[in-house]
Amino acid sequence: MRLVTAIVKPFKLDDVKTALEALGVQGMTVSEVQGHGRQRGHTEVYRGAEYTVSFVPKVRIEVLVDDADAGRLVDAIVAAASTGSIGDGKVWSTPVDDVVRVRTGERGPEAL
Amino acid sequence: MRLVTAVLKPFKLEDVKSALESFGVHGMTVSEVQGHGRQRGHTEVYRGAEYTVSFVPKVKVEVLVDDADAGTIIDVIVKAAQTGSIGDGKVWSTPVDDVVRVRTGERGVEAL
Amino acid sequence: MDLDTGNNAWVLASSALVLFMTPGLAFFYGGMSRSKSVLNMLMMSFSSIGIVSILWVLYGYTLAFGVDQGGTGLIGNLDDLGLKAETTASVTAGLGNFAFIAFQMMFAVITLALISGAIADRMKFGSWVLFSILWITIVYFPVAHWVFAFGTPLAKGGVGGNGAAAAYTKGTGGWIVSRLGALDFAGGTAVHINAGAAALALILVLGKRKGFGREAMRPHNLPLVMIGTGILWFGWFGFNAGSALAANGVAGLAFVNTQVATAAGLIAWIGTERLRDGHATTLGAASGAVAGLVAITPACGAVTPMGAIAVGLIAGGLCALAVTLKNRLGYDDALDVVGVHLVGGLAGTLSIGLLASDTSTGSANLRGAFYGGGLSLLGKQAIAAGAVLAYSFVLTLVIALVVKAVMGLRVTEEQEVTGIDQTVHAETAYEFAAVGGGVSSFGAAPQSAPSPARVLP
Repeated sequence: MRLVTAIVKPFKLDDVKTALEALGVQGMTVSEVQGHGRQRGHTEVYRGAEYTVSFVPKVRIEVLVDDADAGRLVDAIVAAASTGSIGDGKVWSTPVDDVVRVRTGERGPEAL
Repeated sequence: MRLVTAVLKPFKLEDVKSALESFGVHGMTVSEVQGHGRQRGHTEVYRGAEYTVSFVPKVKVEVLVDDADAGTIIDVIVKAAQTGSIGDGKVWSTPVDDVVRVRTGERGVEAL
Repeated sequence: MDLDTGNNAWVLASSALVLFMTPGLAFFYGGMSRSKSVLNMLMMSFSSIGIVSILWVLYGYTLAFGVDQGGTGLIGNLDDLGLKAETTASVTAGLGNFAFIAFQMMFAVITLALISGAIADRMKFGSWVLFSILWITIVYFPVAHWVFAFGTPLAKGGVGGNGAAAAYTKGTGGWIVSRLGALDFAGGTAVHINAGAAALALILVLGKRKGFGREAMRPHNLPLVMIGTGILWFGWFGFNAGSALAANGVAGLAFVNTQVATAAGLIAWIGTERLRDGHATTLGAASGAVAGLVAITPACGAVTPMGAIAVGLIAGGLCALAVTLKNRLGYDDALDVVGVHLVGGLAGTLSIGLLASDTSTGSANLRGAFYGGGLSLLGKQAIAAGAVLAYSFVLTLVIALVVKAVMGLRVTEEQEVTGIDQTVHAETAYEFAAVGGGVSSFGAAPQSAPSPARVLP
C-alpha cells in the first residue's frame, strides 16, 4: 500500500479531483499549506515598495492506494495539475505498512 | 520508527487525545484538513437550491512511535475515534528513517 | 418661493443618509461574497461613488433635471453643465438647488453600485469602470429624467412628495412622472427595476462563475452582511422620506411606511425559508429586509401603513422564492440583484396600482384598485415599470457587448479561481499570517469549505 502526496496550485484542485475520480479513486484528504520550490516565492509591490513573499499558498492532496496503482495515480495527478509555469508543485509516494478503516475496523488493502 | 497518521472527525479529537495520553503517548501534531471517503461528501440546501459538498472538515493527527508500538497505537486511535457512522476516517502507519529532537539534537529512538 | 430652511435641512440630511447607503451596500454585498473576492466587491461600490459624483456635476444633473428638451419628456438640456447656472441663491419650489443636486447625486451613485452584486468574482475592474461611465450616462441619466424630473414649478405650488408632482406644470417634466402620471415616490423604477434589469443583461453577456450551480458559494462574513443591512436600513429613511423633498406629513408617512414594510419583508422571508429549507437564516433576514426596502421605495408615499405591511409581506415572500430562479434558469446572479431589486421593484411598483390610498396620495384620482380607483393606475404603473425595464435591459446589453468588444469583460479562469482580489487589486482582505506567527509577510485568508447548514439524510 502507498500514500501518494501531491502539493499543487490551489486553482488546480478541481482538475486533480476530477482526474482522480475518473481513475476510480474515491477518497482523499486535502489541506491548505504554503511553500515554495527553487524559485523561492516572488516579489510583490505594495504602496510603491517591493517585498519578497517566500511562501505561496498551495494545496496538499493525499490518497491511499494499492502498490500497483501508485505509479498511474502519480502520472494522472501530474497531468491534471501541470500548467508549465513556476510553482506547479511536486507529487511523491511513500510506503504504508498498515491501514485501518475507523468505522468498520477493516485492515489492509480492504481499508483502502 | 513509524509515523502513525489518523484522519478523523473533528469532534473526536479530544477522545483520541485522551486515549493516546492514557497509553503514554504525549507528543502529537494536529492539523485541520478536509476530505472524503467512498461516500463522496453529502448534499446540502442553500437558499432553496441543492449542492453537493464533496469535502468535509476532518482533523489529522500525527504521532511518531516505536515500531513495536505502531500496531497497538493504531488500535487505540481506532477505538477512541470510532462512531460507526460514515466519515469516521482512516488510520495508517508509514516507516520513518530518521528523527531528531530539535532542542537537544537527540537522534533515533531517543528522539521519539 | 423662498428657501424653506426646514425642508432644505431635511433634504441635506437625507442626502448624507443616502450616501451612507452605498458603503452599506458595499458591506452587504462584500459579506455575501467569498473571502477571496470581497475587496473587488467593495471596490465596485466605492468606485461608483467616485465616478458618478464627478459625472453628476459635469453633465449628469443637467441631463436628468435640465429643462426638458423639445418637450419630449426624454432628457434634459445642457444649460447646467458643470452646474454653471447654480448659485447659493438658486431655489426651486422652496428647496435650495444644491440640496436637491446633492440628494439626487446619491441616487445615481447607488443605482450603479447595485448592479455590482450580480457580477461577483469575474469582471475586470477596468471594464467595470468603462461600463460604469457608459451606463450611468446612457441609461441612468435619461431614466432619472423620466421619473424624477417634475417639470416647471407652478408659481404658487407647494412642495413635497407626490404633492410635488402636483405642484408642477403637467407635461413639462420627464414623461413618466409628468405625462403618464405613474407614481414612484423614491425610485422603485428608476433605481431598482433599472439596476435589476441592467444586472440581468450584464450577467447574460458576462457569463457564469466557474463552479456556479455545483458549488454552494456561501457568504464569507455574515456579520458584515448584517452591518451593511443595518446601514442600508438607516440610510433608506433618507432615500424614501427624503424624497418628500420637504419636512412634512408626507415625509413622516414615508418614514413609517418604510419601517413597517421592511420589518414585514424580513419576517416574510425568514418565514418562507423556514417552511422551504427548515432554517431561518441571518442571510434570509438581511435579504428580506432589503426586499421590503426595495418594494416600499416607490410606494412609501402612496400607501397607508397597513398597505405598507402588505407590500413588505408580498416582497419578502416573493423575493425569497424568486432567488431560486437563477438556479433553475441558469443565469449567475451572484448576490441576487435580479431576485431582490428587479422582482422587489416590480412588486412594489405594481402594488401601488392596487394599494394606493387617497389619504396618502392626497388625490382621489390617485387610488389603487382596492380603494375604488379601478385599474387605470395599475395600468400606468405597468407601463412605467415595463418601459424602464425594457430600456435598461436592451441598452445595458448593448453597452456590455461594446465593452466586451473593446477590452473584454472577464478575468482569466486562473485569476477567477485564485481570487480576483489578489490578482486584480494585489490585495487580500484578511492577513492572518498563517505561517511563521506573522514573521513571513504573507498570510492569505484560508479558503475552507464551510460546515453545512443542513444535511439531507
